Amino acid sequence: MPKIPEWRRKIIERAEKVKNQPAKIGPDIDLEAFNSELPEQKSVSNPAELPSTVKSGANVVGIEPSEKLRSGTFFQYDHSVMLARAIKSFPGVEVMSTSDALKKYDWLKEYWWKTVPVDQDKYTAIAELNQTHGYFIRTKPDTRLTLPIQACLFIGTQGAMQCPHNLIIAEENSELHIITGCTTHPSVTRGLHVGISEFYVKKGATITFTMIHGWAPNVEVRPRTGAIIEENGTFLNNYICFKPVKTLQMYPTAYCEGENSRARYHSLLYGSEGSLLDVGNRAVLRAKGARSEVTTRAIAKDHSRIIARGHLVGEAPETKAHLDCRGLLLSPNAIIHSIPELEAKVEGTDMSHEAAVGKIQEDQLLYLMARGLSEEQATALIVRGFLDPEVPGLPDQLRMEVRRIVQLTTEKAL
Amino acid sequence: MTLLEIDALHVNIGAKEILKGINLDVDAGETHVLLGPNASGKTTLIMTLVGYPLYKITKGSIRFNGTEINKKPINERAKLGISVAFQTPPEIRGVKMRDIIRLSAGLEPWNPFKEPKETFATPLLSNIGLDPDVFRDRDVNVGFSGGEKKRSEIAQVFAMKPKLMILDEPDSGVDIDSLKRIGTAVSKYAKENNCAVIVVTHYRHILPYIKPDVAHLMCGGIIVVTGDPYEIFSKIEEKGYCAYVDVCPPAVKALLEKTGDQR
Repeated sequence: MPKIPEWRRKIIERAEKVKNQPAKIGPDIDLEAFNSELPEQKSVSNPAELPSTVKSGANVVGIEPSEKLRSGTFFQYDHSVMLARAIKSFPGVEVMSTSDALKKYDWLKEYWWKTVPVDQDKYTAIAELNQTHGYFIRTKPDTRLTLPIQACLFIGTQGAMQCPHNLIIAEENSELHIITGCTTHPSVTRGLHVGISEFYVKKGATITFTMIHGWAPNVEVRPRTGAIIEENGTFLNNYICFKPVKTLQMYPTAYCEGENSRARYHSLLYGSEGSLLDVGNRAVLRAKGARSEVTTRAIAKDHSRIIARGHLVGEAPETKAHLDCRGLLLSPNAIIHSIPELEAKVEGTDMSHEAAVGKIQEDQLLYLMARGLSEEQATALIVRGFLDPEVPGLPDQLRMEVRRIVQLTTEKAL
Repeated sequence: MTLLEIDALHVNIGAKEILKGINLDVDAGETHVLLGPNASGKTTLIMTLVGYPLYKITKGSIRFNGTEINKKPINERAKLGISVAFQTPPEIRGVKMRDIIRLSAGLEPWNPFKEPKETFATPLLSNIGLDPDVFRDRDVNVGFSGGEKKRSEIAQVFAMKPKLMILDEPDSGVDIDSLKRIGTAVSKYAKENNCAVIVVTHYRHILPYIKPDVAHLMCGGIIVVTGDPYEIFSKIEEKGYCAYVDVCPPAVKALLEKTGDQR
């Protein structure tokens, strides 16, 4: 056993204190009910070598086995990192397991639990006490990556608990794009995913992060995410959840620490069967000129429930932020609950929100039917239009790719 | 064979009877004008033909191409060849013009991976004077001007390749340029495709472009008079709807007199 360094020991102590403390929101989960003793998997040298069921499952959440239009791949199956590499032709970018990165770089202690408190709740605690890898992705200064790194967190064993801790660092004036797909093996119906993701966007850097969740009906999901954005930095976060899940609760928070920093969240939430999706987005504007936009599109069918939260905090003058939430109910038994919060702490912060939640309007349906579409086709068209994944700020090729993935995934869900 | 046969049609909205025995035959290739004071039943007749569920047929029948369509749902009627340009179409956020036009023609939405440059909706848009580079990717009717909405409706109607076009006030709130463009395009399409047209209008300005064969004046849920479109318009412009009081059945007379000199 390698010796645990002093700094880490202190963090572990903090985690120990809250290991039974439920989260402030979301149903409580019995962590004992999940299994963290899981078989090790053999590593592969490229994604094409993954078993075919794993490969096709991962493909649905945006992982391209051929690595076409990608600049690297990270693949974690339960607790095993099967692959972590940047394609050679992309120097200036590092992809490895966070466990390896912690061994390699002593300075990572300055980044460990700095955007999310380790003692936030029992989920952050378990993620520290039971950490199983996660990815470390870093672009060196002035490196501009145009193609995304793909990362897959895959639950392969029934009842598994997966606790990866991801660290993503874009050094000064660099550009980093990541597509992360999270899913389960077709044989898995039950599991727990507690993923920690910490983003550091340095001066003048950009990170775009597109996360696609395609879980199973009895999987519990508690991601904990934080981002620190320095001067002139941009953080774009796309989130797509399109398959049933038992409960999902997360509230990623972006801290715009530097002047003219920017955080943008765009979430597409598709609730089906008995899913509970409790998804918030928070932006804290701490420097002059910081901006944030938060958009959420929520669709609820069957007896699903979606809670779409948003929280904007203005702590510096000359800041601007906007929340926009639209919800579409496709079933009389579904619920969409929009909870926007604006918190202004200084003068000169400009914050606004708009929300609209309701059923598909009958006049729209009839109009499309008068063009020859069946009611089902018309509904699907309106829903698809509603989920239009047009996210400004992504490079062209990546935007097309995200669009393709979203179309593919929502098509399946519809 | 007569394309559209409406026989003694009675229609209710809720408990209220709106149409009280409409008889109307339209042959392929004919253009008919429907006019009449507000609340005379013109829109009810159109929406009943299209198949909107709010309008309930209580008596009588509608036959299209020899088949009774009273109970057919909207989309089946559309597939049979009945197509409507709405007076005030709804906005549909997220649905692109190019896609609604393609879907109206029974095609798939545009897929840039299969078809790098869109080729179906593009000519239909430019044909009706909507710049394809601007309108192809716009959301249906969102932020459109009055004239743009009317043109968008016509582009969709043409994409459907209809046998019967129903145009609900294609001339309301549009400038003279749009009016000419829409009127000319409709008449050209109708001629080339032997398509029947029913146009609801309050104004004679569109008549020279669409070249109607016959006009029907509606009031109180019936057709009061059928005749030469120019003659009917001239008489109404001169004397108001009251000009036709003499030919009305007693029940409608009072209604028509009440319109006074509404023209």
